[in-house]
Amino acid sequence: MAEKNRVGVTTFLTPSDREIVSIRVVNAPRRLVWDAWTKSEHLQQWVLGPDGWTMPVCTVDLRPGGAWHYGYRHRDGQEMHMRGVFQHIEPPERLVRTESWGCDWPETLNTLVLTEEAGLTTMTCTVLFATKEARDKALGVGMREGWSKSYDRLDRALADRL
Amino acid sequence: MTKGSQTLSATFAALADPTRLAILARLSRGPATVKELSAPFAMSGPAVSKHLRVLERTGLITRGREAQWRPCRLRAGPLKEVAEWAETYRRFWDASFQRLDGYLETLKTKERTHGREK
Repeated sequence: MAEKNRVGVTTFLTPSDREIVSIRVVNAPRRLVWDAWTKSEHLQQWVLGPDGWTMPVCTVDLRPGGAWHYGYRHRDGQEMHMRGVFQHIEPPERLVRTESWGCDWPETLNTLVLTEEAGLTTMTCTVLFATKEARDKALGVGMREGWSKSYDRLDRALADRL
Repeated sequence: MTKGSQTLSATFAALADPTRLAILARLSRGPATVKELSAPFAMSGPAVSKHLRVLERTGLITRGREAQWRPCRLRAGPLKEVAEWAETYRRFWDASFQRLDGYLETLKTKERTHGREK
């Protein structure tokens, strides 16, 4: 599986009905990638999703039980928040934290594992939904946003998984 | 648990198998018979039929009643739910990771210029 992962390509897997795993290889040493994931001045530069969003608020209390909060603003004025609590911190390798995207999004347990080989770092992010109900609630968000383009995406989603 | 969420769980279970994913990918291009669906796999007709029954039970496909051919068709409903959910998540992280690639280059350059901070 590892040889399939290349720089610049995100692999998404659904190993169980409660998990989503994304794997991405970046061309940088692990300690730098760890900093990019754990320091607010770095996070604000890249954890921004699709174009149009900025992250004016970014607080990171990096200790077990410490809270984190990303506050987003879209150029059209819309706001969005991601929050959670750090559970386990093992620099520069492993970061476990809870995550919630606001009232309609259920809390998940997210594990980031960084491995380094020949100067490249593989980031493996596992999102675990606590219950099937929680995951289904997440799906409810998508349903309200409308499905018009889903069918077009289906082909791509399936093709990428094969 | 609502009927919708039961469907969803079953959908995820059905999608967890590479053969079934391949069958769905084929059906997304149009209806096909069991024989046509079996062709790409080193698998007997009955083995493929077993996968088709799983997909049919989940509501991911429907099968015609026309004699022995019983062509299979994709039903979009349950897949739409999964695709949309995965898509929101995927869009967010894909865009972010792309940005991270560029940002790490900036960080590496900074380190080379200013030396590694202790």
